[in-house]
Amino acid sequence: MMASSYNAKEEDGHHSGAATHGVVGAAKSKKPDNTAFKQQRLPAWQPILTAGTVLPAFFVIGLIFIPIGIGLYVTSNNIKEFEIDYTGADINSPCYNCAQNLSWNSTSQCHCSLNFTLTQPFESTVFMYYGLSNFYQNHRRYVKSRDDSQLNGDVSSLMDPNKECEPYRKNDGLPIAPCGAIANSLFNDTLTLYYIDSNGTKNPVSMVKKGIAWWTDKHVKFRNPGANDNLTVAFQGTTKPINWRNPVYELDPSDPDNNGFINEDLIVWMRTAALPTFRKLYRIIQKKSGTTPTLSSGNYLLNITYNYPVLSFAGHKRMILSTISWMGGKNPFLGIAYMTVGSICFFLGVVLLIIHHKYDTRNTSADIPN
Amino acid sequence: MTWRSPLALVRDALRGQRARRSDLRSLESNLPYEGLGKARQPNRHFPGNAIKTTKYTPLFFIPMNLFEQLHRWANVYFVGLAFLNFVPVVNAFQPAVALIPICIIMSLTALKDAWEDFRRYQSDRKLNNMPCFIYGRKEKQFVERRWKDVRVGDFVKVVCNETIPADLLLLHTSDPDCVCHIETANLDGETNLKQRRAVPHVCISDPELDPESFGSVVVCEKPNNNLNHFKCYVEKPNKERVGAGIESLLLRGCTVRNTDHAVGFVVYAGHETKSMLNNNGARYKRSKLERKLNTDVIFCVILLVAMCLVGAVGHYLWLLSLPAAPPYLIPQGGPESPSLTSFYMFFTMIILLQILIPISLYISIELVKIGQVFFITNDIDLYDEETDNRMQCKALNITEDLGQIEYIFSDKTGTLTENKMVFRRCSIGGNEYPHQENAIRLAVFDEEESEEEVIFNQRTPPPPAGWSLDAEETSSGYAQHQRCSKRQGSGAAFSSPLETEVIPDRKLLQQISGAPSGGGPYLDFFLALAICNTVMVSMATTQRQRVRRLSQACPTKSPLDSLSNLLKGAGSIKNVFTSCRHKPKRRTHPDNAVIEEVQFSPHANTEEIGNTKGVRARSPRRGPPTANLDNLCYEAESPDEAALVYAAKAYGFVLLARTPDRVTVRLPSGEDLAFEVLDTLAFDYSRKRMSVLVRHPITKERVLYTKGADYAIMELLGTPYAEHLSGNQKAIATDTQHHLNSYAKDGLRTLCIAKKVVSDSVYASWSANRQRALAAIDDRDKLIMDTAMQLETNLTLLGATGIEDRLQDSVPDTVVALREAGIQVWVLTGDKPETAVNIGYACRLLEEEDLVINMSCRNKVTCTSILDCTLEEVRRYSSDPRNVDTTQAISLVIDGHTLTTALSPDLQDRFVDLARRCRSVLCCRVTPLEKSRVVKVVKEKLGVTTLAVGDGANDVNMIQAADVGIGISGQEGMQAVMASDFAISRFKHLKKLLLVHGHWCYTRLANTIIYFFYKNVAYVNLLFWYQFYCGFSGTAMIDYWLMIFFNLFFTSTPPIMFGIMDKDLSAEMLLGVPELYKTGQGEGVYNFTTFWVSVLDAFYQSLVCFFVPYLTYQDSDIDIFTFGTPLNTVSLFTILLHLSIEIKSWTLVHWLIMVGSVALYFIVTLIYSATCVTCNPPSNPYWIFQSQMADPMFYLVCIITTVIALLPRYVFHVLKNSITSSALMQAKHLDRLDPSSRDQWIKEWRSLRGGGQVGRPRLPTPPSPTLETPVDVYPPSPTTSDVMGDDFTLNVFSKKRPSHT
Repeated sequence: MMASSYNAKEEDGHHSGAATHGVVGAAKSKKPDNTAFKQQRLPAWQPILTAGTVLPAFFVIGLIFIPIGIGLYVTSNNIKEFEIDYTGADINSPCYNCAQNLSWNSTSQCHCSLNFTLTQPFESTVFMYYGLSNFYQNHRRYVKSRDDSQLNGDVSSLMDPNKECEPYRKNDGLPIAPCGAIANSLFNDTLTLYYIDSNGTKNPVSMVKKGIAWWTDKHVKFRNPGANDNLTVAFQGTTKPINWRNPVYELDPSDPDNNGFINEDLIVWMRTAALPTFRKLYRIIQKKSGTTPTLSSGNYLLNITYNYPVLSFAGHKRMILSTISWMGGKNPFLGIAYMTVGSICFFLGVVLLIIHHKYDTRNTSADIPN
Repeated sequence: MTWRSPLALVRDALRGQRARRSDLRSLESNLPYEGLGKARQPNRHFPGNAIKTTKYTPLFFIPMNLFEQLHRWANVYFVGLAFLNFVPVVNAFQPAVALIPICIIMSLTALKDAWEDFRRYQSDRKLNNMPCFIYGRKEKQFVERRWKDVRVGDFVKVVCNETIPADLLLLHTSDPDCVCHIETANLDGETNLKQRRAVPHVCISDPELDPESFGSVVVCEKPNNNLNHFKCYVEKPNKERVGAGIESLLLRGCTVRNTDHAVGFVVYAGHETKSMLNNNGARYKRSKLERKLNTDVIFCVILLVAMCLVGAVGHYLWLLSLPAAPPYLIPQGGPESPSLTSFYMFFTMIILLQILIPISLYISIELVKIGQVFFITNDIDLYDEETDNRMQCKALNITEDLGQIEYIFSDKTGTLTENKMVFRRCSIGGNEYPHQENAIRLAVFDEEESEEEVIFNQRTPPPPAGWSLDAEETSSGYAQHQRCSKRQGSGAAFSSPLETEVIPDRKLLQQISGAPSGGGPYLDFFLALAICNTVMVSMATTQRQRVRRLSQACPTKSPLDSLSNLLKGAGSIKNVFTSCRHKPKRRTHPDNAVIEEVQFSPHANTEEIGNTKGVRARSPRRGPPTANLDNLCYEAESPDEAALVYAAKAYGFVLLARTPDRVTVRLPSGEDLAFEVLDTLAFDYSRKRMSVLVRHPITKERVLYTKGADYAIMELLGTPYAEHLSGNQKAIATDTQHHLNSYAKDGLRTLCIAKKVVSDSVYASWSANRQRALAAIDDRDKLIMDTAMQLETNLTLLGATGIEDRLQDSVPDTVVALREAGIQVWVLTGDKPETAVNIGYACRLLEEEDLVINMSCRNKVTCTSILDCTLEEVRRYSSDPRNVDTTQAISLVIDGHTLTTALSPDLQDRFVDLARRCRSVLCCRVTPLEKSRVVKVVKEKLGVTTLAVGDGANDVNMIQAADVGIGISGQEGMQAVMASDFAISRFKHLKKLLLVHGHWCYTRLANTIIYFFYKNVAYVNLLFWYQFYCGFSGTAMIDYWLMIFFNLFFTSTPPIMFGIMDKDLSAEMLLGVPELYKTGQGEGVYNFTTFWVSVLDAFYQSLVCFFVPYLTYQDSDIDIFTFGTPLNTVSLFTILLHLSIEIKSWTLVHWLIMVGSVALYFIVTLIYSATCVTCNPPSNPYWIFQSQMADPMFYLVCIITTVIALLPRYVFHVLKNSITSSALMQAKHLDRLDPSSRDQWIKEWRSLRGGGQVGRPRLPTPPSPTLETPVDVYPPSPTTSDVMGDDFTLNVFSKKRPSHT
């Protein structure tokens, strides 16, 4: 054996296994193994897509999809949804004044209220959403502008937030808690709902503000810093986000357990929306026991503490009342899609059946072409 | 070391530089300087013998490897983007995470490189530490040292069977004649022993050489890589110069044989040795597909830029549409204009959409090709039992070119034919001796051989070979016994009795016995056969090893068994020592003629005859014991030579020994004649002949024996042979020419034998010239050739021989199949047109009804007009409506000289146009250079994919010129194999290699590449569509880790598996219907349309994959990454199911990988979402996937989206398969039938198509020798008139070929 040929081979990138190979090679034949794998003769299923073979698949898809589509469509239609825009962009709107005069740093609160009528009663639990449009919560920099470890209760991050939070990282030398643009732009309108009964009295509709966030967010991802119960102490040395009126530990004066980073409104807001027009869960109106509807039909008054300016980005604010089903909110699209695709498949099935009868005899008999 | 001034050091360095640079080097012995400081060593400027082939050093591995990898522009692109990500204003992902994919890819490559380099390091270390003997002045003897201690100027002793450590100028050997034999198998694969001789008169060959007395200076040329060339002279102390050439150089890496020991002076060491200089790495060939691929990558870049522009402009418009600063727009530090932000956004988009240029494409293609090569080399049908050779893939990256071949250029000898030469007929002094008995024997032998094969096949199967890619023939290791296996591997020329046995012609034997002992043409003829060659006679001692090995292989039972076993072994394992073989099993034809001549019959035959008759007849006159003669082993460089020596032996002219100075021949009369060899004028391709100048021991005449190609000899004939024949001389020449023509028509290789008596005065002047030529350094080759030409004039024709070169197995089948596959087959041969045409018919390159155009002309003007005429004729012929449906095709036979003219720049186009219209082209008498020119011209003018196949050194040019070069590891050494991209052992393997593996590799790789583009475009576009809903801000809605994993793990293995294992048609089908090969030719599967269709399909699918979930989730409370989860899942399903539509055959492996990929996706994503709480900041993957999987909507969205995305492609496939009917489709249908009925259908299909090749009886090949082949059935040969006149001939003739039987 000599140097050059050996090395030439090494250059090629494949190895002969040096001396060992040579010794074995002398005794062993180089004949390749006659195995199905090495000879590429593994048993194989060789489907040929022809009209005849795929016909059943199309019919089956059609037959399955159409009922699913109908089911989805009916479910979606059964969902009751009410939506009201309270932006106040229109001069006739009660909130017009609030909208025009509002800015982020205005100290006085602006109130306005809207009347609306529910024509149909909402039977099951009603979810109250606020909807924003043209709000790009998915902007790349906006999405990043948060510190997850700070929100997770990490003390060091609390005092020294992530650089991604800039320019909402520190204010006057104090770290902002929670830092970042997302938290800074927290939706801070307060919505209250009153049922106006036949004699004109305003009955507040009782709404639950807990359970609107994901369980895992509330219990795993978002935690308050420090072990002690006193949030004021825990957040000492930090400052509130610039646009906020209250520090984070005073977000919910009514419920001390809903303060700090585990405030559910904050958690919901922090889960940034995928699309520029979105809704976020605001309150839940629990179903009452018995047969009384959660929201009976009639007149309602929506009281708004108007704090959130949207005109700067031509946005709109809505209040949405909706029941939900297993498929979520009202959306007829999927049902229609299933029905359409099912019908198309069925139609294609028929077309293929015709083709099959016209052409496919040739293939089945493996006819000789000439 | 003493202190030396810096100036001296500089001067020294400069001198060293000069010493290395100058054209000549003077080397002195190191011995007088032994023990002195390094600075005073005369040879210190030359590198030592330690070699280092590693690319890297441990310390600098990382930077060097990085640098190496960054030569790939794809890597530069991705590294650049990764670093672009660190620029805060444009970053799209977290910078650190963005580095991951490129880091993974590059570290994988680095690991591979490191491992390879480590292996190189190990082998280097092993080599450097091999022991060798260096002369030490202190010890006054040769002492054992390491290879790495060898320096230029040392004296090194090598003993028998040891590897030579450096290039040594041979000074002394143990042999009294001062010769030494080396085996260069490790260098070029040639197994025959090469003789080297010590530089004459430098060391008086006393029993022991005294290196200390060596006072000469060796002046040699700069190191170069030419293994067959070396120039140097030794200047003795008395200023006398002695020239030496390659015949005195022992090359590093070769093995010393037959010589007890040899001492040499180291002229080149380490990296300067010829073997190391020859060791240049793998050549990089780029396949046609890959070139196409690169243009499509550029399309992708354009697409990417377009998409990024859309993003940038969109962002600009979006910013303009905002009435004021919204809370979600984070103010940046300084003043910002929308246009500047949009400009930054362009780069962010590039980072975001970067994987549109598939990062994994190149590495995946490499993996796919490795897999394909694995399967090709493991194909049992491409394994040659006889030589124990697998198919070898030397070039790893052009497998797919095998499926696109349109032109094949084939050598004839050794490629189409066996290159096992059998002496068939001869013509002496104008008389023809047909050797009919010999012909009968050969016919009988054919049957014997087939029997043997059956027996051999029943041997117990060998243990399974390991899973290794290296089917490299060249074995490794240093073990001694390994050489035996090596010998087996590269079967030498003279293996079976077939070639070694010649039954003498009865008439000729009588003539010889009647001839006067002193002379006569017969004596001269056979003496010439025995002497005029370079055949080495090996002694029995060298064979011992091999014999022992063989007897182990065939345990003997009974004496008879052992004999036949031995024979079988010899026949099948193909060892070199066949003439040490004992005797054929039996003689089926009692040959009366030979028996009668038993008294005169040479020794070699006696035993056989005796065996036949059951009588052990021995001539009492015989001197040495018979055993001696039987043990003679002839080792020749070319099989022709051996065949001739064996023929001479059959007539009693036994070559007994050959040394550089002496040739001993035993005459039929029993006396041994020792001819002194005065000079050997070696064979070369331009002279086409070789000569040996000897001094006759009895007459003391200087006789030049020449043998060579007939036209090379015929031109040089001069004075008549003897006085009394003067009148006949012309007659002899014409008769012999006549015989030669008839030999050629029978497909025999012809050689002319001539002699010349050189007078003393002529010799003296010539000899002086010759010496000068030999000692020359500049133009040595040319001078040597000139001197050869000077002597080879005025020859006297002795006779001619016809040697048969049998067609290899299944050559006609293969040729027919290749032609049906739409491949044009050209044969380029050095033989005469007649021989070539005959072989052409035999291997069905030419058909009986073909129109054969024969072109041969002498000057350019005639050549031009010929071309024009023929072209016109051919055009008219093909446009003639009457010829449309006839099977008659046009074939072109062109002569080498004409070819050269036709290939001149102004005629090229016309020639190529003509050749294009011919079904087959035969080029005769072409030189290696012309071969490669033909290939290049066809490749460039027609823009087709070419393949060249050959077995010899003369095919190397052609093999390298073609797109795909295939070497046949045959009888002529390994040069062709070394130069080739693929090496096969038989021509017939080409059929399966091209039709099956070529087709598979091409379709697989083409589909894989298309799929890769599709995959990336489809996935990246999801991100692109999302930009329309996030203000073109460059947000990714899919978690970045999952995006990386998506490409790296979830969707990478299925396409690789697809590229390695998909099988659109079975091998049987592809072999049965060669037309299917046409699908890959020309544009093939991977072309403009298929690429853009798949890109458009990708756009459509990504639109569906984005907008169906979008419409489902719009105006809901879904967050970014929850929205991304169904998108990611849907595209995974779409991308994998898209592949499923493309996969043609599903094996267990396919199922495992497909299901495994989906399972991996779910498992990894679930684990990732369950564990990552705050680990990947912006994306918050925690529990997202789990919550999605708990939602029925997720599944509903996934199902409907996948169905909508794939429906068009699926329906398209179904409609295409149902309505149109391509050959491929029909073949697929046939493939599903059970094997027997499938074969039936194939047959009927083919007969309907009019190909009708299958049922047709094969022509008997070789033509049966039992009948005297009629000489005149072949139309008058154009070359006959060619010889006479200068004018051109153009024969367009259509002929019915006479049947052989």
